[in-house]
Amino acid sequence: MSKSIQAVVTRPNARWWLAATAGLAFAATGAIQAAKAQDTIKVGILHSLSGTMAISETTLKDTMLFLIDEQNKKGGLLGKKLEAVVVDPASNWPLFAEKARELISKDKVAAVFGCWTVQYEGEESERNVFYTGAAPNQQAIPAVDYLMKDEKVKRWVLAGTDYVYPRTTNKILEAYLKAKGVAAEDIMLNYTPFGHSDWQTIVADIKKFGSAGKKTAVVSTINGDANVPFYKELGNQGVKATDIPVVAFSVGEEELAGLDTKPLLGHLAAWNYFQSIKSAGNDAFIAKWKAYTKNQKRVTNDPMEAHVIGFDMWVKAVEKVKSTDPDKVIDALPGITAPNLTGGTSTMLPNHHITKPVFIGEIRPDGQFDVVWKTPGLVPGDAWSDFLPGSKDLEADWVKLKCGNYNNVTKKCGGQAS
Amino acid sequence: MRAYNGLLIALALALIVLVSVTLARAQSSSDVLAKFATDDFSDTAEAVAALAASGHTMAAPIIFALQDGRLLFDAKSKKIFIKDTSGAILDAATGQPAAAAAELETVRINNRLRRAIEAALGTLTLMAPEPQKRLEAALAVYKSRDEKALPALDTAIAKETNANIKRALLEARAAVILLSADAAEAARLDAVGVIRARGDQEALSLLSSLPPDAPPALARAAASAVKSIQDQLEIWNGVQNAWYGLSLGSVLLLAAIGLAITFGVMGIINMAHGEMVMIGAYTTFMVQEAIRTHNPALFDYSLLMAVPLAFVVAGAVGIAIERGIIRFLYGRPLETLLATWGLSLILQQAVRTIFGPTNREVGAPSWMSGAFELGHLNITYGRLWIICFTLIVFVALLAMLRFTRLGLEMRAVTQNRAMAAAMGIRTARIDALTFGLGSGIAGIAGVALSQIDNVSPNLGQGYIIDSFMVVVFGGVGNLWGTLVGAFTLGIANKFLEPYAGAVLGKIAILVLIILFIQKRPRGMFALKGRAVEA
Repeated sequence: MSKSIQAVVTRPNARWWLAATAGLAFAATGAIQAAKAQDTIKVGILHSLSGTMAISETTLKDTMLFLIDEQNKKGGLLGKKLEAVVVDPASNWPLFAEKARELISKDKVAAVFGCWTVQYEGEESERNVFYTGAAPNQQAIPAVDYLMKDEKVKRWVLAGTDYVYPRTTNKILEAYLKAKGVAAEDIMLNYTPFGHSDWQTIVADIKKFGSAGKKTAVVSTINGDANVPFYKELGNQGVKATDIPVVAFSVGEEELAGLDTKPLLGHLAAWNYFQSIKSAGNDAFIAKWKAYTKNQKRVTNDPMEAHVIGFDMWVKAVEKVKSTDPDKVIDALPGITAPNLTGGTSTMLPNHHITKPVFIGEIRPDGQFDVVWKTPGLVPGDAWSDFLPGSKDLEADWVKLKCGNYNNVTKKCGGQAS
Repeated sequence: MRAYNGLLIALALALIVLVSVTLARAQSSSDVLAKFATDDFSDTAEAVAALAASGHTMAAPIIFALQDGRLLFDAKSKKIFIKDTSGAILDAATGQPAAAAAELETVRINNRLRRAIEAALGTLTLMAPEPQKRLEAALAVYKSRDEKALPALDTAIAKETNANIKRALLEARAAVILLSADAAEAARLDAVGVIRARGDQEALSLLSSLPPDAPPALARAAASAVKSIQDQLEIWNGVQNAWYGLSLGSVLLLAAIGLAITFGVMGIINMAHGEMVMIGAYTTFMVQEAIRTHNPALFDYSLLMAVPLAFVVAGAVGIAIERGIIRFLYGRPLETLLATWGLSLILQQAVRTIFGPTNREVGAPSWMSGAFELGHLNITYGRLWIICFTLIVFVALLAMLRFTRLGLEMRAVTQNRAMAAAMGIRTARIDALTFGLGSGIAGIAGVALSQIDNVSPNLGQGYIIDSFMVVVFGGVGNLWGTLVGAFTLGIANKFLEPYAGAVLGKIAILVLIILFIQKRPRGMFALKGRAVEA
């Protein structure tokens, strides 16, 4: 048991947490002996309630409290009530690690739900972490496919904030586009610092790049807050979605809630869930959520759905093994299914990612999205991109291979390919 | 490729027209309209094309309604309705008021449809009585390059009296002819000339989309036109960069000018300066919120009302901070730094708790929206007003320090505190008012910045480093230094950015400032004389 704690907590390199802050990681670890003695099951909630990430993560904390509340109304889990332990890692990466350690070793929680899903670049798979957010092949690649096929886009601007998620995603996209026959001069890469607010030059550059007589689109991996001034500048300089559409992976209902969406009309977002999707499960969830928050204007979004699925899967796994022992739950989770809110059923895969449908939505004047395209079925999350030379030989499989980065060429676990 | 697509679409449209013309007599228009009710983008696109070509009297109103999201359908009976601007439901086929079913759904559109709609409306409204509509129609045809619009264009050109619209129509005609493989080569060469005279990026885009199988003479003419437009745009590019630099500089100046008082004149390292900006922005939000609920007609004046309020609110907070914390820390810069930094975190979290962590919507009044063209320079009203506003604030502040009694006392206290006290000035009161003034001006900056940035608890953080940079670079204690410093940094940044990228550009500016400070530790405009020792 202590080994699994060890694995999460004292891992010396920061990579795990770095990536985990970018992925909606769901770490099932904990000291059980202590938990068993109590009559509640503690569940850790690790979301930034202050700092720059609070804008998106506060809602996710509320979502978890809501889900735990709902579960307790149904009689709890294994006959015990669930108890939420909320901590605030304050948008600070090292603090995420520290707070997770605190949850696991001090509060003795059975599982930790947390981290930030929107921006998860993939390229990892850990035994103690389950990734319910979208991997690049569940968000970025389908979006590019849509633009290529339906909008006949020939020229691409890959614009992102300068850090690991956009750089990795753009590396994957660039390799993908080139594999699809897009010439290097038809791809423009652009990186901006965090919180960039003066977009005049960049929008002018995009306009210039788009005037080469080929249909141009922008794939934006720009981080949360910087998106708004970017869209405003696009509107100011008269770039409309019908001319140069922008597809973003971090702009959802929550981000649009406080915005004048008129200049954004028709710009796109790729998600695994939209509030506007009609399904019995979604309608019920939205109604319950509005009732819980006592706010008819509260919106739902994709990361919330990821929590709904993740929590449901954890509950089912715990019920299956009749224990909250992390080792047992971790082994039970792959193969567990849970209904998603858009009418399908998501499955936890051996690589600790889940299957999800992908939707492309266009921004409506009311801040919601109109789904204009969706994948025919569910897309399995890919831990290691097939389009990067370093990772296409790698495979994650915690059921058969018991390894998060098995190299299919060298037949060894732990092998980053050449 | 675009031309090829255009051709394909044109072909498809022609086919549809043929089909619909032959069928139109036998088939009632209700069949075309029924296609709107299938909730399928392709069907809707076909319906738009068929409707535009049918000459149906309701064609234009239906397509307008579709564009505005006012075209509704009844999923059961497949009937189509228009909701007019007053909210009444009309039968789309007849235009007469209709009894609608309880649940009507909106016909959805996507980007592809929006383009098709603009193209269809372009052709339909070329002869509209309103000049603005005719101009939009001409621009729409320029974009759609729809060959079927040619006859309509020719009639419209013959009748048009407005020179601007006529030019737009001629350009639209040239665009259609240039890409039409059937047109005579001489006509296409003429078209190149017309497009070349236009000389902007749209022209560039059109000329470069000439298909590779174009006649060699035409290809040569287009290539030379592209070259000449590019050369011309290169010069305009420099002007545009200078404008962007001025705009960025004004934002920097606005953010830094309050700090030039608190840090520059008083010497307080105020890390909570950014939060004063944020408070100003939230005051703007509150003002707009009040106006929205009580008197929406006043919305255009919301920013004017927010300016004095933001000054008072941020100024009051500033005075409270000075009286409550800073006055105990004079002469201890390190502790001031830590205390104000802690304070900035407290203020951020307080705002987060009160207003929530998400962005708040601050709208732009109509006089700040939109843009105009000056030559090939695209100037947005918002940025232009911010530059004017910044300069007004700067001049007002300068005049206040120079000509008012309070300004005189402020200068006296900062230059020689003991002497000022001996002359009967209540220095503690002046300290509080000076800090309040600096904070109030930061609040005013927040009103302007709410127009270009997110109004969120993190708003201030983004400006604090830039503000210190400007003040230190310009010369501590000198307002003119802050002005020149802000515009120098803004313009340097914008000229570096196209070459180095935004990230490296910012790093380069920082390195340059560090080097500059090594050479001139007191900034560009160092204070000289006795004031330095004070």
